This record gives sequence, structure tokens and C-alpha cells, in this order.
Amino acid sequence: MDTPIAAPSLPVRVAVLRSPLAQAAALTALTLGVLVTLLLATGHDPGVALRALARGAFGSWYAFTSATLVRAVPLALTGLAVALAFRAGLLNIGAEGQLLAGAAATAAVLGAFTSVSAVIALPVALLVGMICGALWAGMAALLRQRFGVLEVISTIMLNYVALYLVGWLVRGPLQEPSRIYPQSEGLARAFQLPTLFTGTRLHVGLVLAVGLSTLAWWWLRSTAGGFRLRTVGMNPSAAFTIGRVNVSRVSVWAFLVSGALAGLAGAVELTGVTYALYESISPGYGYTAIAVALLARLNPLGVLGTAVLFGALQAGGNAMQRDAGVPIALVHVVEAIIILLVIAGDRLPATRAERSA
Amino acid sequence: MTASLALSLRGIHKQFGAVRALHDVTLAVRAGTVHALLGENGAGKSTLMRIAFGLVRADRGTVDVLGTTCAPPFTPSMAIAAGVGMVHQHFSLVSAMTVSENIALGSQGRYDPATVHAQVRRIGERTGLVLDPNARVSELPVSAQQRCEIVKALARDARILILDEPTAVLAPDEAQALLAWLRTFVAEHPSHAVVLITHKLRDALAMADDITVLRRGERVAAGVAHTFTEASLADAMLGPGERTHAVQQEVMPRVDAHTDSVGAHHNVITADAIDVRDPRNVLRVRGASFTVRAGEIVGVAAVEGSGQHELLRAVAGMLSIANGRLSAPSDIAFVPEDRHRDALLLDASLTENLALRDAGTRSGRMEWRTLATRTAALLTKRDVRARDAQVNARTLSGGNQQKFILARALDDAPPALIVENPTRGLDFRATADVHDALRDARDAGIAVLLYSSDLDEVLALADRVLALHNGVVHEVPRDRAIVGRAMLGAA
Repeated sequence: MDTPIAAPSLPVRVAVLRSPLAQAAALTALTLGVLVTLLLATGHDPGVALRALARGAFGSWYAFTSATLVRAVPLALTGLAVALAFRAGLLNIGAEGQLLAGAAATAAVLGAFTSVSAVIALPVALLVGMICGALWAGMAALLRQRFGVLEVISTIMLNYVALYLVGWLVRGPLQEPSRIYPQSEGLARAFQLPTLFTGTRLHVGLVLAVGLSTLAWWWLRSTAGGFRLRTVGMNPSAAFTIGRVNVSRVSVWAFLVSGALAGLAGAVELTGVTYALYESISPGYGYTAIAVALLARLNPLGVLGTAVLFGALQAGGNAMQRDAGVPIALVHVVEAIIILLVIAGDRLPATRAERSA
Repeated sequence: MTASLALSLRGIHKQFGAVRALHDVTLAVRAGTVHALLGENGAGKSTLMRIAFGLVRADRGTVDVLGTTCAPPFTPSMAIAAGVGMVHQHFSLVSAMTVSENIALGSQGRYDPATVHAQVRRIGERTGLVLDPNARVSELPVSAQQRCEIVKALARDARILILDEPTAVLAPDEAQALLAWLRTFVAEHPSHAVVLITHKLRDALAMADDITVLRRGERVAAGVAHTFTEASLADAMLGPGERTHAVQQEVMPRVDAHTDSVGAHHNVITADAIDVRDPRNVLRVRGASFTVRAGEIVGVAAVEGSGQHELLRAVAGMLSIANGRLSAPSDIAFVPEDRHRDALLLDASLTENLALRDAGTRSGRMEWRTLATRTAALLTKRDVRARDAQVNARTLSGGNQQKFILARALDDAPPALIVENPTRGLDFRATADVHDALRDARDAGIAVLLYSSDLDEVLALADRVLALHNGVVHEVPRDRAIVGRAMLGAA
């Protein structure tokens, strides 16, 4: 009997938040709300802390480009990787490991290519980074197809394998010539990605992230291949029974593409930001990517927005720690709470509608 | 008399929503006997036994186990304590665990592998149901998994064993061995009893002491096995053929009128002695030969688990043929019985659901605008009630979902259509609409192969009937009694 009352509220709710701008505004308001609550609860002055956060993230052209956007690039690429995999129904939790595999491969190629022109060496190195990211994800795909190992488990495990592999590489074959520091030799200037604006650290990786996100959005929406991937993610059994879709082939390809994107994130981070391979090259970008993708509701264009939001939070969080004495951990708590709220908000009306139907 | 009854259910009533599952059913299982509970799909056999095991609460009626009345609330743990053991059709084993772990599962206290191993071995020696206690259930063949279920019940001192369609998953010689074992079980323990839920007449006649027959939730026959024949049991299970379905009264004459015109058309599907194995490599269809011509509906009549799912999927090109020759067009449309699992993207628009039809072969750009127009036209043409082509499939009623699925299947005029339980779960009106759509398809020259678990639906729609029993296909005259006996394996 309560159906007629409950039903109208749903379309209204969705309609209000349908425009991307409204969604972004709601998300920002939510983030600020949670942050202020937490600051008050932990006894910090929200005014001081928020000013520090804003300064660190958007306070200057330099802060916005070199702190926020520089962090947003790997988050967008790995977020895109996760979003594509999730859209295919694959819970790829391994973007971190695939990123590391890509970074390591790129470092190895550039280390060997010292006498090759950068015009050839850089693209080849990025490509090899993508391929290695794809192969790293391919291991999980193989385990899934051949032995039924759940990718949630295998990709997490492979993250650690990648981390320790990098640890060995930077103390072994790829260690810098003086053999003092656990890192690879710094890249020659020619092998570094060009920056977009002089005086900032923002590199052309941003163009790649925006371009690939747009491409992925268009591909998912408008091509047969993208539709096929979505059918497999929504209902593999119907995709096979009605659409005669080769489900395992689509899954494997989705896994490989997802891994390639995460591998590219690693390659771009190495050539654009760190210029050398070391163990802590990623502060968990591949894990934050899951939040970036979920918050964007797995929409590739939305990933760009949420990547900037998380980039800003992390850049601002550093400033907040430095200038207002607020531990950066608080930012991670905020991230986690937003994810929970958004997921709960997505689920609740749906379940209520199901129940009353 | 009551003292010698191992299990007695009296005056059981059970209603599920608007459906009357059981009406005043009585079942008396004598101690020291094997009792067969016979009936078609949906006759209420499983519900009755789930009541005896405490899984379902009866609306009215009493359950006596070994002379003691079980007062409500009667739960499975009380049933187990009272000495009832049930082996479900779909096993309730944890496949990643070992045999002894499964057997210990649900009991109280500490798990001591050595004790359980010894218990499994002891039961094996005593009963001949030998199992390796360390074997992982997922690695056991189906017959051994079933043995594990029985041992699990025996380990809890079950004195009344209820087995739900136990032979459905077994090869013929395995089934023989199981039935022989059940006979020894009651012969050695005069106070024990076995209830065998089955729709196999031969098993019932050969192995049971007593037989009870249910039809549409009522007990229609009960007595000592040797007072029945295959024919009398088949008639009791299927009823005298009175037209109980409102749908059927409406449709029968039209079908009869059409039948004469069939025969002039060419064969669209030709199966020549095909064997089909299921994904677990069990032989499900043996040497099936039949044809489906353009402009006719060929109905498959079969009881559950006879190989119909595999037969239909093989013809639809989704399972490969193990032996024999099959000639069928590649663009056959298939309407599976489980709409939500196999036919729809519930959270995608109807337009996207239409596009699903050739998702596997499409390439290049998606013409969403054209597809949306086509979907909208389809909704109007086939009278599918939906707000527009952009609503999610989930928002449609079951009847409209099924009408949409059929409309999609017929959209690009396929040469052949395969439908499986097309009206499962639909109300009267939706059922009539689906039937009309199937007849329209037939009249448009499409070759239709139909399976329904409801024999009356098969008879109402089909121009010709194939009876499928235990994987073997026979074409039979479209006569209720003959089809019924053939699908039950009665001569």
C-alpha cells in the first residue's frame, strides 16, 4: 500500500542529482561536512584546518597544478582501470600491483635505452609499462579462467608480489650505479615527460588521463565492444544465453585493458613525477583508485572529477598536517566515510523500492 | 496400527499465498517399509516431506514420528532428534570440505577428526556405504556425494530416511544399487522406514512396499504397491484429463483446427540420433531423432531431469552434440525458463535489453537512437506495458517481462524459436498473451520447439508431441493419456 507514496520520491531524487554539476556539488558538500564534523570531534579548529587544506589544494596555481592535479593523474588512470574492470563484473583490487609492474618495466626499459632517442624511447617505455601492467593483471585473469581463483583474492596477493619484486629490483638489477640507495638511477632529462606549464610539475600525463577517460566513456556508451563488456558485467548468464557473448573472452580482455591502464599510471608516475623507481613510488594510488571509481559510480568521466577531489584532499591533507597539526590520517578517514555514505545512499532507495514493489 | 507407523502425517493443509499446495493430505508410512510418494512436478510431494522434516510449517494437520506427535513449532533440528533424516534433491553439502567435516557439520561440541573418521568407517562397514572420510566433497562423483548425504543422516541416528528424487542424478546402475540398499536398510531394521519422493513409476513399483500418489496437492491414491500397475499409477498422477485449466478450455479448439494444415512445410530443425552431455559430462540425451518443420509447434513432454534442458540448449547451439547429426539454423531464438537469470539485464533499459539479442556478433558503433525507436515500436506492436523504451527491465511486471523477451526473440523473424517453460510464474492473462504470441509465431512460419513442465500447456500448444523419458525421445500422438505414460516411462 505504501508504494504510491514511496515511488515518486525516487525519480525526484535521481532527477535532482542527475546533472554532473549537481553531483559534484553534493559530493563536495558531503566531503566538507564530514571533514568539519571530524575536525570538531577531534578538537581541531575547523577554520584553521580548512584554510590550510584549501591553501594546500587550491591556494595557488602552483598548489593546484603541482600538488592536486599531479596526484589526480595516477588516481584518474588507476581509477579508470578499476572502473572498467568493475563494469565488466571483475573486482580488480590489483591496480596497485599493476601500477608497480608498469613503473618497474618502464624503469627497466629506459635504463637499457640510454643511447636511444627519447622520441622513440619514451613511447616504447610507456607502452612496455602498459603491457607489463596488462600481464600482471593477466595472471589474475588466467588464475580465474583456469582454476576458478577469485580475482579479489589473487589481485590483492599480486599487489604484494609486485611490491616485493620492486623491492628486490631496486636493490638488485635496477639499483643505481653507486649501489647505496634502494632506487633506480634517476632518469635523464630527455626521458622525463614534458611539463604542461613552465614552473609547475604538472606533466602531459594529465592529457593522457583526460583523453583516455573520454575515450573509455565514449567506447562504453557508443560501441558494440563497450556494450558487450557492460552486458557481461551486468549479467554474464544473460549475455551468453541471449547475446551469445563469449563471456570469458570479454572478461580476459577487460582484465588486460584494466591492467594496462594501471600499468600506464605507473609508467607516467615514474617518467612524470618521481624520475626513479623505488619501493614507495605509489602512496597507495591503486587502492585509493577503488574509492575514486566507486565514487564516480564507475563512470569514466566521473573518475576525472573524483580523482581531482581525492588529489585535492591528499594535497590539502599534507598542508593541513604541516600548518594546522591535523594528522593526514584524518583525510583517509574522510575518504572512507564518504565512500560508505555514497554506497549506502545508492543502495538504500533501491532496496526500499525493491521491498515495496 | 498407529504403533507400527514410522511416520504419519494427517490432514495436512498448506497454502502458499494464493496457491493451495496441500489440501487435507494424509501419509502413513509403515515401519520396516519403503514408501514411494509419487506425483507430477508441483503436486506437493516435496512440500509434504519438507513439512515432515520441519522445514515448512503446515497450516493444519499433525505430524507423528515413531509414534510421538511433534507439536509445533517443529524444526529440522527437532526432526533430526526425533530420527528423521532427509536427503534433498540438491545436496546440502559444503563442497570445499571433506566428507568427515560435512558429517560433523551441525553437531555440537568439539570437532575431533579421528572420532568422525572412525564413525564414517563404522557406518561404511555396517551399511556398505563406503566413503573416504578425508576426500573433499567437490572431488567426489555425484553418487558418492549422495552417499555422503545418507551417511550424514545415519550418523545422526536417522531411523526414517526421506530421499527427494534420489535417482535423478544417478546413472542407471547407480540408481539400482541405491534402491537395493534402501531395501536392505528397512529389511535389517524393522522399526525403520524410507520415504522415496519420485516421479518414476518403475522405481516405485519395483522398490516400494506402499505407494501414495499426490495430484495438485491432494492425495488421489494410496495403497500397497502390488495393487497398482504402471497404467493405473500414471492415470492417478495425471488425472483423468479433465480440462482443469481455464486457459486450456479456451485454446484447445483452435489448436485442433490448425493441426490439419501442418505438414506441407519444410524441416527447419533435424536431429539425427544426437547424444548430448551436460557441462559435467553426464550423458543427458541419448540418440534423439526428430524434426521441427516451419510453421509448427513441437512440444516436448518430460518430467524434471529427463534431459529436456540439455536437449533444448543443444538445439539452440549452446551445448555441443556428443554424437549424431544436428542440422539447425544458426540464428535460432531461445527463450530460457529463468527470465531474471538468463534473459534480462534487469538494471538496463529495454533498449539495451533489445540490443542484447545480438551483443555477441555486433561490431562498430551502437545505433542507440535506431534501437530505441525499434524498441518503442516493439512495445506497441506486442502490447508490452512499459512507460517507454528507456525504463529498466526490472520495473516491468513478470508478464510484461516475458512478453518483451518473446517480442525480442521474434523481432528479426528467426527461422526457429525454442522456448522453455514460457509461462512459469505468470498469471492467467499473461499466460494467454504468451500463448497467443507463440501461436502467432507458428502461424508466421516459424518452427517452434517448446518445453513446458505443465503437460497441459504442451498439449494446448503443440501440433506434435515428443515424449522425453530418461534422455530418450519418442514422438507420440497428441493424446493426454498416451503422452503422460510415455513421459513417465510407462509402456
